[in-house]
Amino acid sequence: MANPRTFQIQEISAHPGPVAGQGTRREEQVCKYIDVSTCIGCKACEVACVEWNDHPFRETTFNNTYQTMPETEWNYYNLIKFAEDQHDGNFMWLMRKDQCLHCEDPGCLRACPADGAIIKYENGIVDFQQENCIGCGYCISGCPFDIPKFHPNTKKVYKCTFCSDRVGQGLEPACVKACPTGCLKFGTKSDMVQIAGLRAKQLREVSGFADAGVYDPQSIKGTHVIYVLHDIKRPERYGLPANPIIPPSYTYWKWLAKPTGLLLGVLGIGAVFFHRVFYGPRVPEPAPREVETRPHDEIEAGRKEAP
Amino acid sequence: MSTTAKNFDEKARGEFAGIGTTRVRRGELLRHPVYTRFLHWSVAIFFILSLLTGFAIYSPWLFRWIAPLFGGGPRTRLLHPWFGLVFTVFFFFQFLNWFVPMAWTASDRRWMKKMRQYVTNEDRVESEDVGFFNAGQKLYFWAIVVSAILFLITGLLLWFDDVVGRWVVAVSYVIHDLAALLMLAGFIIHVYEGTAQQPGTFRSMIDGTVTEDWAQTHHPAWYRDVSEGSHKETQKERQ
Repeated sequence: MANPRTFQIQEISAHPGPVAGQGTRREEQVCKYIDVSTCIGCKACEVACVEWNDHPFRETTFNNTYQTMPETEWNYYNLIKFAEDQHDGNFMWLMRKDQCLHCEDPGCLRACPADGAIIKYENGIVDFQQENCIGCGYCISGCPFDIPKFHPNTKKVYKCTFCSDRVGQGLEPACVKACPTGCLKFGTKSDMVQIAGLRAKQLREVSGFADAGVYDPQSIKGTHVIYVLHDIKRPERYGLPANPIIPPSYTYWKWLAKPTGLLLGVLGIGAVFFHRVFYGPRVPEPAPREVETRPHDEIEAGRKEAP
Repeated sequence: MSTTAKNFDEKARGEFAGIGTTRVRRGELLRHPVYTRFLHWSVAIFFILSLLTGFAIYSPWLFRWIAPLFGGGPRTRLLHPWFGLVFTVFFFFQFLNWFVPMAWTASDRRWMKKMRQYVTNEDRVESEDVGFFNAGQKLYFWAIVVSAILFLITGLLLWFDDVVGRWVVAVSYVIHDLAALLMLAGFIIHVYEGTAQQPGTFRSMIDGTVTEDWAQTHHPAWYRDVSEGSHKETQKERQ
Protein backbone atom coordinates (compact mmCIF):
# COMPACT_ATOMS: atom_id res chain seq x y z
CA MET A 1 0.00 0.00 0.00
CA ALA A 2 1.25 3.42 -0.88
CA ASN A 3 2.01 5.44 2.21
CA PRO A 4 -0.22 8.52 2.51
CA ARG A 5 2.76 10.86 2.25
CA THR A 6 1.50 13.09 -0.53
CA PHE A 7 1.64 16.24 1.60
CA GLN A 8 4.88 15.40 3.31
CA ILE A 9 7.05 18.48 2.58
CA GLN A 10 9.95 17.59 0.32
CA GLU A 11 11.71 20.91 -0.33
CA ILE A 12 11.31 24.39 1.11
CA SER A 13 12.49 27.55 -0.71
CA ALA A 14 15.19 29.63 0.93
CA HIS A 15 15.08 27.48 4.04
CA PRO A 16 18.23 27.03 6.05
CA GLY A 17 18.94 23.50 7.20
CA PRO A 18 17.14 20.25 6.52
CA VAL A 19 13.41 20.02 5.78
CA ALA A 20 11.48 19.46 8.99
CA GLY A 21 10.01 16.03 9.26
CA GLN A 22 11.97 14.53 6.40
CA GLY A 23 12.44 10.81 6.62
CA THR A 24 9.37 10.29 8.81
CA ARG A 25 7.60 7.03 8.21
CA ARG A 26 4.09 6.01 9.00
CA GLU A 27 3.78 2.71 10.91
CA GLU A 28 0.72 0.94 9.54
CA GLN A 29 0.65 -2.10 11.77
CA VAL A 30 -1.18 -1.78 15.09
CA CYS A 31 -0.75 -4.13 18.00
CA LYS A 32 -2.10 -4.83 21.45
CA TYR A 33 0.38 -5.79 24.14
CA ILE A 34 -0.76 -8.01 27.01
CA ASP A 35 1.63 -8.56 29.90
CA VAL A 36 0.38 -11.66 31.69
CA SER A 37 2.82 -11.07 34.56
CA THR A 38 1.26 -7.77 35.63
CA CYS A 39 -2.40 -8.65 35.05
CA ILE A 40 -4.27 -8.69 38.37
CA GLY A 41 -7.43 -10.26 36.99
CA CYS A 42 -9.64 -7.26 37.83
CA LYS A 43 -11.80 -7.80 34.72
CA ALA A 44 -12.06 -4.05 34.00
CA CYS A 45 -11.29 -4.94 30.37
CA GLU A 46 -14.23 -7.38 30.27
CA VAL A 47 -16.62 -4.69 31.47
CA ALA A 48 -15.16 -2.02 29.17
CA CYS A 49 -15.57 -4.40 26.20
CA VAL A 50 -19.20 -5.16 27.01
CA GLU A 51 -19.93 -1.46 27.54
CA TRP A 52 -18.21 -0.14 24.42
CA ASN A 53 -19.81 -2.75 22.19
CA ASP A 54 -23.17 -2.11 23.87
CA HIS A 55 -23.69 -5.78 24.62
CA PRO A 56 -26.33 -6.78 27.14
CA PHE A 57 -24.94 -8.24 30.35
CA ARG A 58 -25.22 -11.98 30.34
CA GLU A 59 -25.38 -14.59 33.05
CA THR A 60 -22.04 -15.69 34.39
CA THR A 61 -21.10 -19.28 35.12
CA PHE A 62 -19.56 -20.21 38.46
CA ASN A 63 -16.94 -22.88 38.02
CA ASN A 64 -15.12 -22.78 41.38
CA THR A 65 -12.76 -20.21 39.87
CA TYR A 66 -12.81 -16.47 39.41
CA GLN A 67 -13.44 -16.89 35.69
CA THR A 68 -16.61 -15.18 34.47
CA MET A 69 -17.59 -17.97 32.05
CA PRO A 70 -15.87 -20.98 30.42
CA GLU A 71 -15.01 -19.25 27.15
CA THR A 72 -15.59 -16.11 25.09
CA GLU A 73 -19.11 -15.72 23.74
CA TRP A 74 -20.76 -14.02 20.76
CA ASN A 75 -21.43 -10.98 22.97
CA TYR A 76 -18.44 -11.42 25.29
CA TYR A 77 -15.31 -10.89 23.21
CA ASN A 78 -12.93 -10.44 26.08
CA LEU A 79 -12.47 -12.93 28.92
CA ILE A 80 -9.81 -13.25 31.61
CA LYS A 81 -8.86 -16.89 31.95
CA PHE A 82 -7.74 -17.96 35.39
CA ALA A 83 -5.47 -21.00 35.22
CA GLU A 84 -4.40 -22.62 38.48
CA ASP A 85 -1.14 -24.07 37.34
CA GLN A 86 1.35 -26.35 39.04
CA HIS A 87 4.74 -26.58 37.48
CA ASP A 88 8.03 -27.88 38.96
CA GLY A 89 6.38 -28.04 42.37
CA ASN A 90 5.41 -24.36 42.25
CA PHE A 91 1.85 -23.15 42.22
CA MET A 92 1.04 -20.24 39.94
CA TRP A 93 -2.18 -18.40 39.35
CA LEU A 94 -2.01 -17.46 35.68
CA MET A 95 -4.36 -14.79 34.43
CA ARG A 96 -4.57 -14.29 30.72
CA LYS A 97 -6.83 -11.97 28.80
CA ASP A 98 -8.35 -14.21 26.14
CA GLN A 99 -9.55 -12.58 22.92
CA CYS A 100 -9.05 -12.63 19.17
CA LEU A 101 -5.32 -12.40 18.43
CA HIS A 102 -5.82 -10.77 14.99
CA CYS A 103 -3.44 -13.15 13.21
CA GLU A 104 -1.33 -11.88 10.35
CA ASP A 105 -2.43 -15.04 8.49
CA PRO A 106 -6.02 -15.37 9.77
CA GLY A 107 -7.46 -18.90 9.72
CA CYS A 108 -11.02 -17.56 9.95
CA LEU A 109 -10.55 -15.48 6.80
CA ARG A 110 -8.93 -18.41 4.94
CA ALA A 111 -11.85 -20.68 5.82
CA CYS A 112 -14.69 -18.23 5.07
CA PRO A 113 -16.67 -18.99 1.86
CA ALA A 114 -18.83 -15.82 1.91
CA ASP A 115 -17.75 -12.84 -0.17
CA GLY A 116 -16.85 -10.00 2.18
CA ALA A 117 -17.79 -11.57 5.51
CA ILE A 118 -14.27 -11.32 6.95
CA ILE A 119 -11.82 -8.56 6.10
CA LYS A 120 -8.30 -7.79 7.20
CA TYR A 121 -7.16 -4.18 7.24
CA GLU A 122 -3.71 -2.97 6.30
CA ASN A 123 -3.13 -2.21 9.96
CA GLY A 124 -3.58 -5.92 10.77
CA ILE A 125 -7.04 -5.81 12.34
CA VAL A 126 -9.24 -8.75 11.31
CA ASP A 127 -12.89 -7.74 11.34
CA PHE A 128 -16.13 -9.65 10.75
CA GLN A 129 -18.80 -8.01 8.59
CA GLN A 130 -21.95 -9.67 9.88
CA GLU A 131 -24.13 -8.36 7.03
CA ASN A 132 -22.17 -10.62 4.64
CA CYS A 133 -21.88 -13.60 7.01
CA ILE A 134 -23.85 -16.68 5.93
CA GLY A 135 -23.45 -18.46 9.27
CA CYS A 136 -21.70 -21.59 8.02
CA GLY A 137 -19.27 -21.64 10.94
CA TYR A 138 -16.20 -22.53 8.88
CA CYS A 139 -14.30 -19.63 10.52
CA ILE A 140 -14.78 -21.32 13.89
CA SER A 141 -12.94 -24.40 12.63
CA GLY A 142 -10.31 -22.26 10.89
CA CYS A 143 -9.36 -20.45 14.11
CA PRO A 144 -6.49 -21.98 16.11
CA PHE A 145 -7.63 -20.15 19.27
CA ASP A 146 -11.35 -21.07 19.32
CA ILE A 147 -12.43 -17.42 19.30
CA PRO A 148 -15.29 -16.82 16.80
CA LYS A 149 -18.66 -17.61 18.34
CA PHE A 150 -21.97 -18.42 16.64
CA HIS A 151 -25.10 -16.58 17.69
CA PRO A 152 -28.01 -19.02 17.33
CA ASN A 153 -30.66 -16.33 16.83
CA THR A 154 -29.02 -14.11 14.25
CA LYS A 155 -27.15 -17.12 12.73
CA LYS A 156 -24.02 -14.99 12.45
CA VAL A 157 -20.57 -15.29 13.96
CA TYR A 158 -19.00 -12.62 16.19
CA LYS A 159 -15.62 -11.92 17.74
CA CYS A 160 -13.39 -9.10 19.03
CA THR A 161 -13.23 -6.22 16.55
CA PHE A 162 -10.02 -4.75 18.06
CA CYS A 163 -12.37 -1.79 18.57
CA SER A 164 -11.81 -0.94 14.90
CA ASP A 165 -14.37 1.84 15.33
CA ARG A 166 -12.18 3.42 18.07
CA VAL A 167 -8.85 2.71 16.39
CA GLY A 168 -10.16 4.32 13.20
CA GLN A 169 -10.67 7.53 15.21
CA GLY A 170 -7.20 7.42 16.71
CA LEU A 171 -8.30 5.96 20.05
CA GLU A 172 -7.00 2.90 21.85
CA PRO A 173 -9.27 -0.17 22.23
CA ALA A 174 -11.74 0.03 25.13
CA CYS A 175 -10.01 -2.72 27.12
CA VAL A 176 -6.65 -0.91 26.96
CA LYS A 177 -8.33 2.33 28.05
CA ALA A 178 -9.81 0.58 31.10
CA CYS A 179 -6.75 -1.39 32.24
CA PRO A 180 -5.57 -0.04 35.64
CA THR A 181 -2.18 -1.77 35.83
CA GLY A 182 -0.78 -0.95 32.42
CA CYS A 183 -0.50 -4.61 31.54
CA LEU A 184 -2.40 -3.71 28.36
CA LYS A 185 -0.79 -1.37 25.86
CA PHE A 186 -1.71 -0.26 22.39
CA GLY A 187 0.62 1.01 19.67
CA THR A 188 2.44 0.03 16.54
CA LYS A 189 3.50 -3.55 16.08
CA SER A 190 7.22 -2.72 16.15
CA ASP A 191 6.86 -0.64 19.33
CA MET A 192 4.85 -3.33 21.11
CA VAL A 193 7.30 -6.05 20.07
CA GLN A 194 10.14 -3.93 21.42
CA ILE A 195 8.41 -3.19 24.75
CA ALA A 196 7.40 -6.85 25.11
CA GLY A 197 10.98 -7.91 24.43
CA LEU A 198 12.28 -5.54 27.12
CA ARG A 199 9.69 -6.75 29.63
CA ALA A 200 10.49 -10.40 28.89
CA LYS A 201 14.20 -9.64 29.34
CA GLN A 202 13.43 -7.99 32.67
CA LEU A 203 11.41 -11.04 33.78
CA ARG A 204 14.27 -13.33 32.80
CA GLU A 205 17.08 -11.31 34.34
CA VAL A 206 15.48 -9.58 37.34
CA SER A 207 12.41 -11.56 38.34
CA GLY A 208 13.85 -15.04 37.96
CA PHE A 209 11.57 -16.36 35.22
CA ALA A 210 14.27 -17.95 33.09
CA ASP A 211 11.85 -18.99 30.33
CA ALA A 212 9.98 -15.70 30.01
CA GLY A 213 9.35 -14.56 26.43
CA VAL A 214 6.99 -13.01 23.91
CA TYR A 215 4.12 -14.98 22.34
CA ASP A 216 3.89 -13.85 18.71
CA PRO A 217 3.53 -17.22 16.92
CA GLN A 218 5.33 -17.25 13.57
CA SER A 219 3.41 -20.32 12.34
CA ILE A 220 0.63 -17.84 11.49
CA LYS A 221 3.10 -15.08 10.58
CA GLY A 222 2.71 -13.38 13.95
CA THR A 223 -0.32 -11.83 15.63
CA HIS A 224 -1.51 -8.31 16.30
CA VAL A 225 -2.14 -9.15 19.93
CA ILE A 226 1.06 -10.27 21.61
CA TYR A 227 1.60 -11.71 25.09
CA VAL A 228 4.47 -11.49 27.51
CA LEU A 229 4.48 -14.92 29.19
CA HIS A 230 6.49 -16.16 32.19
CA ASP A 231 7.05 -19.38 30.32
CA ILE A 232 7.26 -19.07 26.55
CA LYS A 233 8.33 -22.72 26.20
CA ARG A 234 5.00 -24.00 27.50
CA PRO A 235 2.23 -21.65 26.30
CA GLU A 236 -0.24 -24.50 26.94
CA ARG A 237 -0.07 -23.54 30.62
CA TYR A 238 -1.99 -20.40 29.67
CA GLY A 239 -4.31 -22.24 27.29
CA LEU A 240 -2.43 -21.06 24.20
CA PRO A 241 -1.31 -23.49 21.47
CA ALA A 242 2.49 -23.75 21.13
CA ASN A 243 2.28 -24.01 17.37
CA PRO A 244 -1.07 -22.67 16.12
CA ILE A 245 -1.84 -23.80 12.59
CA ILE A 246 -4.61 -23.35 10.05
CA PRO A 247 -5.92 -26.66 8.62
CA PRO A 248 -4.29 -27.12 5.18
CA SER A 249 -7.74 -27.78 3.72
CA TYR A 250 -8.43 -24.06 4.13
CA THR A 251 -5.25 -23.00 2.39
CA TYR A 252 -4.18 -25.53 -0.25
CA TRP A 253 -7.58 -27.06 -0.93
CA LYS A 254 -9.36 -23.76 -1.20
CA TRP A 255 -6.91 -21.92 -3.41
CA LEU A 256 -5.61 -24.76 -5.57
CA ALA A 257 -8.09 -27.61 -5.70
CA LYS A 258 -11.25 -25.49 -5.81
CA PRO A 259 -10.47 -23.66 -9.06
CA THR A 260 -9.13 -26.93 -10.45
CA GLY A 261 -12.37 -28.71 -9.59
CA LEU A 262 -14.40 -25.95 -11.18
CA LEU A 263 -12.24 -26.03 -14.30
CA LEU A 264 -12.69 -29.80 -14.58
CA GLY A 265 -16.45 -29.27 -14.33
CA VAL A 266 -16.40 -26.79 -17.21
CA LEU A 267 -14.12 -29.08 -19.23
CA GLY A 268 -16.50 -31.98 -18.52
CA ILE A 269 -19.45 -30.07 -19.95
CA GLY A 270 -17.32 -29.13 -22.97
CA ALA A 271 -16.21 -32.74 -23.35
CA VAL A 272 -19.72 -34.21 -23.54
CA PHE A 273 -20.81 -31.46 -25.92
CA PHE A 274 -17.97 -32.14 -28.32
CA HIS A 275 -18.44 -35.87 -27.87
CA ARG A 276 -21.79 -35.45 -29.58
CA VAL A 277 -20.14 -33.43 -32.35
CA PHE A 278 -17.30 -35.91 -32.82
CA TYR A 279 -19.06 -39.25 -32.44
CA GLY A 280 -22.73 -38.51 -33.07
CA PRO A 281 -25.74 -39.98 -31.31
CA ARG A 282 -26.31 -43.59 -30.39
CA VAL A 283 -29.56 -44.16 -32.25
CA PRO A 284 -31.85 -47.15 -31.88
CA GLU A 285 -30.84 -49.64 -34.56
CA PRO A 286 -33.52 -51.94 -35.94
CA ALA A 287 -32.24 -55.43 -36.74
CA PRO A 288 -30.84 -56.23 -39.32
CA ARG A 289 -28.14 -53.69 -38.61
CA GLU A 290 -26.92 -51.26 -41.22
CA VAL A 291 -23.46 -51.50 -42.75
CA GLU A 292 -20.91 -49.21 -41.14
CA THR A 293 -18.67 -46.94 -43.13
CA ARG A 294 -15.02 -46.95 -42.16
CA PRO A 295 -13.08 -43.66 -41.80
CA HIS A 296 -11.26 -44.61 -45.04
CA ASP A 297 -14.54 -44.79 -46.99
CA GLU A 298 -15.65 -41.41 -45.68
CA ILE A 299 -12.40 -39.80 -46.79
CA GLU A 300 -12.82 -41.40 -50.23
CA ALA A 301 -16.44 -40.19 -50.40
CA GLY A 302 -15.35 -36.69 -49.46
CA ARG A 303 -12.77 -36.71 -52.25
CA LYS A 304 -15.34 -37.78 -54.80
CA GLU A 305 -17.72 -35.01 -53.73
CA ALA A 306 -15.02 -32.36 -54.01
CA PRO A 307 -15.04 -30.49 -57.32
CA MET B 1 -33.27 -57.25 4.12
CA SER B 2 -33.68 -57.92 0.46
CA THR B 3 -37.06 -59.65 0.85
CA THR B 4 -38.41 -56.84 3.04
CA ALA B 5 -37.14 -54.30 0.54
CA LYS B 6 -38.67 -56.28 -2.32
CA ASN B 7 -42.05 -56.47 -0.59
CA PHE B 8 -41.91 -52.75 0.14
CA ASP B 9 -41.02 -51.96 -3.47
CA GLU B 10 -43.79 -54.18 -4.82
CA LYS B 11 -46.27 -52.38 -2.61
CA ALA B 12 -44.93 -48.92 -3.49
CA ARG B 13 -45.01 -49.70 -7.21
CA GLY B 14 -48.60 -50.90 -6.89
CA GLU B 15 -49.63 -47.76 -5.00
CA PHE B 16 -47.99 -45.41 -7.49
CA ALA B 17 -49.39 -47.33 -10.47
CA GLY B 18 -52.78 -46.59 -8.92
CA ILE B 19 -52.05 -42.84 -8.86
CA GLY B 20 -50.38 -42.46 -12.23
CA THR B 21 -50.57 -44.38 -15.47
CA THR B 22 -48.12 -45.50 -18.10
CA ARG B 23 -49.50 -45.91 -21.61
CA VAL B 24 -47.59 -48.55 -23.54
CA ARG B 25 -48.41 -48.37 -27.26
CA ARG B 26 -47.88 -51.04 -29.92
CA GLY B 27 -44.18 -51.60 -30.58
CA GLU B 28 -43.25 -50.10 -27.23
CA LEU B 29 -42.10 -51.56 -23.94
CA LEU B 30 -42.55 -50.44 -20.35
CA ARG B 31 -39.16 -49.29 -19.14
CA HIS B 32 -39.73 -47.41 -15.87
CA PRO B 33 -42.94 -47.65 -13.80
CA VAL B 34 -44.49 -44.55 -12.19
CA TYR B 35 -42.83 -45.22 -8.83
CA THR B 36 -39.32 -45.28 -10.37
CA ARG B 37 -40.01 -42.12 -12.35
CA PHE B 38 -41.33 -40.34 -9.25
CA LEU B 39 -38.22 -41.32 -7.31
CA HIS B 40 -35.88 -40.41 -10.16
CA TRP B 41 -37.25 -36.89 -10.53
CA SER B 42 -37.51 -36.30 -6.80
CA VAL B 43 -33.87 -37.31 -6.46
CA ALA B 44 -32.98 -35.16 -9.49
CA ILE B 45 -34.76 -32.02 -8.22
CA PHE B 46 -33.18 -32.17 -4.79
CA PHE B 47 -29.81 -33.10 -6.28
CA ILE B 48 -29.86 -30.01 -8.49
CA LEU B 49 -31.01 -27.79 -5.61
CA SER B 50 -28.23 -29.20 -3.42
CA LEU B 51 -25.72 -28.82 -6.24
CA LEU B 52 -26.59 -25.17 -6.84
CA THR B 53 -26.70 -24.14 -3.17
CA GLY B 54 -23.55 -26.19 -2.56
CA PHE B 55 -21.69 -24.61 -5.45
CA ALA B 56 -22.49 -21.14 -4.11
CA ILE B 57 -20.71 -22.05 -0.88
CA TYR B 58 -18.04 -24.12 -2.68
CA SER B 59 -16.69 -21.44 -4.94
CA PRO B 60 -16.07 -17.72 -4.44
CA TRP B 61 -16.49 -17.25 -8.21
CA LEU B 62 -20.02 -18.66 -8.17
CA PHE B 63 -21.18 -17.24 -4.83
CA ARG B 64 -22.46 -13.91 -6.18
CA TRP B 65 -24.18 -15.66 -9.10
CA ILE B 66 -25.99 -18.45 -7.35
CA ALA B 67 -26.68 -17.26 -3.80
CA PRO B 68 -29.23 -14.60 -4.92
CA LEU B 69 -31.34 -17.35 -6.54
CA PHE B 70 -31.97 -18.78 -3.10
CA GLY B 71 -32.50 -15.49 -1.28
CA GLY B 72 -28.92 -14.61 -0.41
CA GLY B 73 -25.99 -16.26 1.30
CA PRO B 74 -27.52 -16.98 4.72
CA ARG B 75 -30.67 -18.49 3.17
CA THR B 76 -28.54 -20.56 0.79
CA ARG B 77 -26.57 -21.87 3.74
CA LEU B 78 -29.78 -22.57 5.63
CA LEU B 79 -31.42 -24.46 2.76
CA HIS B 80 -28.45 -26.52 1.56
CA PRO B 81 -28.42 -29.15 4.34
CA TRP B 82 -32.20 -29.62 4.08
CA PHE B 83 -32.04 -30.07 0.30
CA GLY B 84 -29.25 -32.57 0.85
CA LEU B 85 -31.20 -34.44 3.49
CA VAL B 86 -34.29 -34.74 1.27
CA PHE B 87 -32.06 -35.90 -1.59
CA THR B 88 -30.60 -38.61 0.65
CA VAL B 89 -34.05 -39.78 1.76
CA PHE B 90 -35.38 -40.06 -1.82
CA PHE B 91 -32.19 -41.71 -2.98
CA PHE B 92 -32.49 -44.25 -0.17
CA PHE B 93 -35.83 -45.39 -1.64
CA GLN B 94 -34.31 -45.39 -5.12
CA PHE B 95 -31.55 -47.58 -3.74
CA LEU B 96 -34.08 -50.08 -2.39
CA ASN B 97 -35.89 -49.94 -5.71
CA TRP B 98 -32.81 -50.55 -7.84
CA PHE B 99 -30.05 -52.30 -5.93
CA VAL B 100 -31.07 -55.74 -7.28
CA PRO B 101 -30.84 -54.89 -11.02
CA MET B 102 -27.74 -52.80 -10.25
CA ALA B 103 -25.75 -55.85 -9.04
CA TRP B 104 -22.38 -56.15 -10.77
CA THR B 105 -22.08 -59.24 -13.01
CA ALA B 106 -19.61 -60.96 -15.33
CA SER B 107 -21.30 -59.18 -18.24
CA ASP B 108 -20.37 -55.82 -16.67
CA ARG B 109 -16.72 -56.84 -16.40
CA ARG B 110 -16.77 -57.60 -20.13
CA TRP B 111 -18.49 -54.24 -20.81
CA MET B 112 -15.80 -52.36 -18.89
CA LYS B 113 -13.10 -53.90 -21.10
CA LYS B 114 -14.95 -52.65 -24.17
CA MET B 115 -15.78 -49.22 -22.75
CA ARG B 116 -13.64 -47.40 -25.32
CA GLN B 117 -15.66 -48.87 -28.18
CA TYR B 118 -18.86 -47.84 -26.37
CA VAL B 119 -17.68 -44.27 -25.81
CA THR B 120 -16.53 -43.78 -29.40
CA ASN B 121 -19.76 -45.36 -30.76
CA GLU B 122 -17.77 -48.07 -32.56
CA ASP B 123 -20.19 -50.65 -31.19
CA ARG B 124 -23.44 -49.23 -32.51
CA VAL B 125 -25.46 -51.73 -30.48
CA GLU B 126 -24.75 -53.14 -27.03
CA SER B 127 -23.47 -56.70 -26.57
CA GLU B 128 -26.07 -59.44 -26.37
CA ASP B 129 -25.46 -59.88 -22.63
CA VAL B 130 -26.31 -56.29 -21.54
CA GLY B 131 -29.41 -56.46 -19.34
CA PHE B 132 -31.70 -53.85 -17.77
CA PHE B 133 -28.75 -51.60 -16.92
CA ASN B 134 -25.34 -51.48 -18.55
CA ALA B 135 -22.10 -51.28 -16.56
CA GLY B 136 -21.83 -47.50 -17.04
CA GLN B 137 -25.22 -46.94 -15.44
CA LYS B 138 -24.32 -49.31 -12.62
CA LEU B 139 -21.06 -47.48 -12.07
CA TYR B 140 -22.94 -44.18 -11.77
CA PHE B 141 -25.48 -45.75 -9.42
CA TRP B 142 -22.80 -47.09 -7.06
CA ALA B 143 -20.88 -43.81 -7.28
CA ILE B 144 -24.04 -42.06 -6.04
CA VAL B 145 -24.42 -44.63 -3.25
CA VAL B 146 -20.83 -44.01 -2.08
CA SER B 147 -21.17 -40.22 -2.47
CA ALA B 148 -24.54 -40.12 -0.71
CA ILE B 149 -23.07 -41.95 2.29
CA LEU B 150 -20.07 -39.58 2.34
CA PHE B 151 -22.37 -36.57 1.89
CA LEU B 152 -24.62 -37.66 4.73
CA ILE B 153 -21.82 -38.35 7.22
CA THR B 154 -19.66 -35.30 6.42
CA GLY B 155 -22.75 -33.14 5.95
CA LEU B 156 -24.02 -33.93 9.43
CA LEU B 157 -20.55 -33.24 10.85
CA LEU B 158 -20.49 -29.85 9.11
CA TRP B 159 -24.04 -29.12 10.16
CA PHE B 160 -23.36 -29.83 13.82
CA ASP B 161 -19.89 -28.35 13.80
CA ASP B 162 -20.12 -27.15 17.39
CA VAL B 163 -20.30 -30.76 18.59
CA VAL B 164 -17.23 -32.04 16.71
CA GLY B 165 -13.76 -30.50 16.75
CA ARG B 166 -12.29 -28.04 14.27
CA TRP B 167 -10.12 -30.65 12.54
CA VAL B 168 -13.11 -32.91 11.91
CA VAL B 169 -14.85 -29.97 10.22
CA ALA B 170 -11.74 -29.09 8.19
CA VAL B 171 -11.41 -32.68 6.89
CA SER B 172 -15.16 -33.27 6.39
CA TYR B 173 -15.35 -30.21 4.20
CA VAL B 174 -12.75 -31.60 1.78
CA ILE B 175 -14.44 -35.01 1.63
CA HIS B 176 -17.81 -33.28 1.07
CA ASP B 177 -16.28 -31.34 -1.85
CA LEU B 178 -14.65 -34.43 -3.36
CA ALA B 179 -17.94 -36.35 -3.18
CA ALA B 180 -19.60 -33.38 -4.91
CA LEU B 181 -17.03 -33.39 -7.72
CA LEU B 182 -17.47 -37.16 -8.20
CA MET B 183 -21.24 -36.64 -8.38
CA LEU B 184 -20.88 -33.71 -10.75
CA ALA B 185 -18.73 -35.74 -13.17
CA GLY B 186 -21.29 -38.57 -13.14
CA PHE B 187 -24.18 -36.10 -13.41
CA ILE B 188 -22.78 -34.39 -16.53
CA ILE B 189 -22.32 -37.74 -18.29
CA HIS B 190 -25.70 -39.00 -17.07
CA VAL B 191 -27.64 -35.99 -18.36
CA TYR B 192 -25.80 -36.09 -21.67
CA GLU B 193 -26.36 -39.82 -22.21
CA GLY B 194 -30.00 -39.51 -21.24
CA THR B 195 -30.75 -36.62 -23.61
CA ALA B 196 -28.53 -35.53 -26.50
CA GLN B 197 -26.46 -38.67 -26.88
CA GLN B 198 -29.20 -41.32 -26.95
CA PRO B 199 -32.41 -40.42 -28.77
CA GLY B 200 -35.37 -42.20 -27.20
CA THR B 201 -33.87 -42.46 -23.73
CA PHE B 202 -35.31 -39.33 -22.12
CA ARG B 203 -38.89 -40.48 -22.66
CA SER B 204 -38.18 -43.65 -20.70
CA MET B 205 -38.00 -41.48 -17.57
CA ILE B 206 -40.89 -39.19 -18.60
CA ASP B 207 -43.45 -41.45 -20.29
CA GLY B 208 -41.94 -44.64 -18.91
CA THR B 209 -41.79 -46.36 -22.27
CA VAL B 210 -39.22 -47.09 -24.97
CA THR B 211 -39.45 -48.49 -28.48
CA GLU B 212 -38.51 -52.09 -29.21
CA ASP B 213 -35.66 -50.87 -31.43
CA TRP B 214 -34.34 -48.83 -28.52
CA ALA B 215 -34.53 -51.83 -26.22
CA GLN B 216 -32.61 -54.16 -28.50
CA THR B 217 -30.01 -51.49 -29.23
CA HIS B 218 -29.27 -50.51 -25.66
CA HIS B 219 -30.35 -53.47 -23.53
CA PRO B 220 -30.52 -56.64 -25.71
CA ALA B 221 -30.66 -59.13 -22.84
CA TRP B 222 -33.48 -57.19 -21.17
CA TYR B 223 -35.31 -57.01 -24.51
CA ARG B 224 -35.03 -60.77 -24.89
CA ASP B 225 -36.37 -61.27 -21.37
CA VAL B 226 -39.43 -59.05 -21.79
CA SER B 227 -40.31 -60.09 -25.31
CA GLU B 228 -39.95 -63.81 -24.61
CA GLY B 229 -41.18 -63.59 -21.02
CA SER B 230 -44.67 -63.04 -19.74
CA HIS B 231 -44.72 -59.19 -19.89
CA LYS B 232 -45.47 -59.35 -16.19
CA GLU B 233 -44.54 -55.82 -15.32
CA THR B 234 -46.22 -54.36 -18.38
CA GLN B 235 -49.49 -56.01 -17.50
CA LYS B 236 -49.30 -54.97 -13.88
CA GLU B 237 -48.79 -51.36 -14.85
CA ARG B 238 -51.71 -51.44 -17.28
CA GLN B 239 -54.20 -52.63 -14.68
